[in-house]
Amino acid sequence: MEIFIIFISASIVNNFVLTYFLGICPFLGVSNKIDSSFSLGLATTFVMVITAVASWLINHYILILFNVPFLEYVSFIIVIASMVQLVEMFVKKTSPVLYRALGIFLPLITTNCAILGLALFAVLRDYSFIQTIVFGIGAGVGFTLAIVVMAGIREELEMADIPYPLKGAGITLIVAGFLALAFMGFAGLISA
Amino acid sequence: MTDLFKEFKKGLWKDNAVFVMLLGMCPVLAVTNSATNGLAMGLATSFVLLSSAIFVSTLRHIIPHQVRIASYIVIIATFVTIADYFLAAMLPPISKALGPYVPLIVVNCLILGRAEAFSSKHGIATSISDALGMGTGFTGALIILGGIREILGNGSLFEVKLLGDWFEPWIVMLLPGGAFITLGLLIGFINYFTKKPVALGVSLGEDIGYREKGQFVTANEAYGQHQEKSSPVVTEKTE
Repeated sequence: MEIFIIFISASIVNNFVLTYFLGICPFLGVSNKIDSSFSLGLATTFVMVITAVASWLINHYILILFNVPFLEYVSFIIVIASMVQLVEMFVKKTSPVLYRALGIFLPLITTNCAILGLALFAVLRDYSFIQTIVFGIGAGVGFTLAIVVMAGIREELEMADIPYPLKGAGITLIVAGFLALAFMGFAGLISA
Repeated sequence: MTDLFKEFKKGLWKDNAVFVMLLGMCPVLAVTNSATNGLAMGLATSFVLLSSAIFVSTLRHIIPHQVRIASYIVIIATFVTIADYFLAAMLPPISKALGPYVPLIVVNCLILGRAEAFSSKHGIATSISDALGMGTGFTGALIILGGIREILGNGSLFEVKLLGDWFEPWIVMLLPGGAFITLGLLIGFINYFTKKPVALGVSLGEDIGYREKGQFVTANEAYGQHQEKSSPVVTEKTE
């Protein structure tokens, strides 16, 4: 039950993108087409789960064991960078089309705040190993949900007559604002 | 001297990290519920930006090209750790208000972007003035955004009450939705006056990029060139 709550909390109620503002760059940058945003969501989810596992192991078996908490950020970011490299090589080999579609945004997952944010939140909240994995899956699903919804709206917006100063970034941010307000409707679902 | 000043000035307005280049959006949106938090975040980011610019430009001939990104990130993470421990020790209330967004400076695209695009190619003095300019521009943007949200959402500025009891605070400005909408409208407002040289009507994915020799290079173009130059990707094996 507790695990279920963590999942719902991470994916919907405290959505990483719309409540914590994590992963805004790809959320604004890759949300043009539903297909590519869905693939990016999957790639991010995959990296998130692997990172969650790796960061839990590092935190418990290296940082706490040797009492070197000040190495937390450095070691986490190195793990994330190498994981992203791994996923990039994997995607390049298995699906060159997807690799080209994702373009610069695949290596940029490294600097996706959502990934490092996930590792930091998991440490901060003192999750157990299982809880950390569920938290990672939930956060990934939430990210995918937000970016796909956004892409759906933006595909419709393409035809709309938007005042020119707001075209591009402006209208995207305003739409994201309304999405965030809509997601607040879930706020009472889970207490704490 | 005039060159240094030019590098400093461009970060303030023409290439402003937040309003023009849309870099480092997470802290911009997350911690600007008050002007004080915006200022603290801006100063912390500027410190990391400046120190990493000094290190990266000093070591630019020593760091091997292939592992440069990883090296930059380690340098940045080191200074973020220093900033985080400093805030926690000296200014506990601010450290608490900023929470996990201080460690998240590590993945602020602005810092890595400047290290890769500028400091790794320029001398120390030029890099310092560039970092100072970018940092000031970033801090200014955070204060503007935080100020607007604090005035409308709380009726105060830097925790000093500005508006009287007649003012009904707009709570929505302090919520996540208000952050997105305020920044969206601000960017629209600035575009209205400056008409930036990006082809209007293109999708946002092509807006993200940087200026090089007066030309706007989109991120995807830059990445494509980099890929062609550095490694001819072998995806299909020739028989």
